[in-house]
Amino acid sequence: MPSTKSFTFHTELRLVALTGVRALSVSDLRAALQTLPGSSVFYHTHQEYLAHNFEKPIYYNDFARWVHTALREEALAEKLTALDLLAFTSIRELRVALVSTIDGYLPNMRRPGFECHQDDAFHFCKSKSFILPTGVVATNIPDFFRKLPSVSTASLYFHFFEARLRLHRRTNDFSRWIKDRGRPDLAEAIDGLDPYIRTLDELRNAIVALGHDLRVPA
Amino acid sequence: MSATLSDYRAVVGPEVIDELLVAADQIKHRTLQHINSTAVGGGVAEILNRMVPLLRELGIDTSWDVIKGEAPFFEVTKAFHNALHGSPETITDAMLDVYRETTARNLEELEIKGDVVVVHDPQPAGLIQRRNGDRRWIWRCHIDVSSPNRRVWDFLRPYVDQYDSSVFSMPEFSQRLQIQQFRIAPSIDPLSDKNKELPQAEVDRTLARYGLDPDRPILTQISRFDRLKDPVGVIQAYRLVKRRHDCQLILAGGAADDDPEGAEMLREVEGAADGDADIHILALPPRSDLEINALVRGSTVVLQKSIKEGFGLTVTEALWKKKAVIGGAVGGIKLQILDGVTGFLVHSPEGAANRVIELLGNPRLRQRLGTNGYLHVKQNFLTTRHIRDYLLMILALEDPAKDIRYLVGLP
Repeated sequence: MPSTKSFTFHTELRLVALTGVRALSVSDLRAALQTLPGSSVFYHTHQEYLAHNFEKPIYYNDFARWVHTALREEALAEKLTALDLLAFTSIRELRVALVSTIDGYLPNMRRPGFECHQDDAFHFCKSKSFILPTGVVATNIPDFFRKLPSVSTASLYFHFFEARLRLHRRTNDFSRWIKDRGRPDLAEAIDGLDPYIRTLDELRNAIVALGHDLRVPA
Repeated sequence: MSATLSDYRAVVGPEVIDELLVAADQIKHRTLQHINSTAVGGGVAEILNRMVPLLRELGIDTSWDVIKGEAPFFEVTKAFHNALHGSPETITDAMLDVYRETTARNLEELEIKGDVVVVHDPQPAGLIQRRNGDRRWIWRCHIDVSSPNRRVWDFLRPYVDQYDSSVFSMPEFSQRLQIQQFRIAPSIDPLSDKNKELPQAEVDRTLARYGLDPDRPILTQISRFDRLKDPVGVIQAYRLVKRRHDCQLILAGGAADDDPEGAEMLREVEGAADGDADIHILALPPRSDLEINALVRGSTVVLQKSIKEGFGLTVTEALWKKKAVIGGAVGGIKLQILDGVTGFLVHSPEGAANRVIELLGNPRLRQRLGTNGYLHVKQNFLTTRHIRDYLLMILALEDPAKDIRYLVGLP
């Protein structure tokens, strides 16, 4: 029997903490990836999605961008960017994949042992997230789709990225709730959207479009 | 009259203010005390002037105290400031003694009363010796300490290590410390006299008052007369531009109580101007915010050609006014000026001159950069975001091990 529970849209406020750890080379990056907290790995692979961008960035992944701009190891940058973040259900898995991508590339380094200038160093950060209700509550699926266009990108970020990888919910919060309300087809379709190839605005538009396509009554 | 939270709703959006209210509600049982070294002049005093009333309006009992010091103390801390920025400075044992003595006097005279004590910059850093009980102590460093003079840093480090956390404006400034570190960028107040919208008539009147011709391009640098702001480099850039464009230059700045070098630098700048009638050197008195606002709004291009910079709030202020801005590629200016998107970054007087020439010949480019700059500031560098980060930091210190925390919404 479908659940009658309403859906509360939450948003997140983020505070950036500094680790004091920096990298000047690929080997520094590799070493830090193995020891830094998961919140640092999550931050550097996700923060760009929440940032306001004037142009769509080439690299959403901070590690890839730095490897490209400071170390000029473009092929490694591409490999790091190509990691399918949707395939991971924990930050631990993501961390292992980042390190093994670097390991696989080491024999092909264009400039083995190269260290960038200290002005171009990579500084590892991590985030502390504070989750709070937005005050927007959907009582049923049509209500959800009516209200979705008005929620902030930070809310989408929380329900898609934080919920899955940091809170280990396996799927995004929208799909989970919609499935419980008796529309597994719609839940699956939303879960099938790749949030990593879109801006958050584009993601929201794609979900709204799915509501139309799958005939959610107005 | 000071702006209230409701005035900010129209500028930043109601959701931003609602989020502040939720975060403030979690910590309203705590009192907050800011301590710095000057009540007037300089970025820190400006930030606190705006932030303290807003924190109070959010329901947080907030106080602001200023340490006392004589001229020799501020000469020492100015040398510290320069040395932490990486400038060569000779720091003698006698100078360290001056710092210790003034700190000791303030330890006796200054009442520590906040549950959370935020100490700004090196001048009052030694007050941590008063630490006891359950108070949380935060050291807020506004300086670029990415490559500090080791003698000064090693002197300050034992103080810093006693705090609960430190705050830097950029990740590049962070240090290997045993305590928690946070990144909190400074901010400007969009509704202050220095930043609020002004009628064009007021801008015109101000330009006329200072003998500026509104029909010729105006290049402006607003900043303290300080070597690290490179005002002489700006004059060099102006002279290169002048060969191609008839233009005027404003170098305007006030003096801060804790900056004894200002008068000497002002004389040097006047010497470099060499009587050029199109160079307007304005040593503005305190409370000239409306004039500064009008001068920036009346400018064609704004420069901040710093050699070192903690953050560069004058850049933020100019971007907020949708001005085309050229900044030295240092410190926090790099956070604000996304090169070619929200302004231009330069490394030399020649680089600054090239960009000014480009901008003077291309009004559409000036407009595009100005619009982007305004949006960038709105997203990232307004008082409301700054207050939010402080509230979150206080919450984070309550439970340092937690990376995700749920806040209860307001009824």
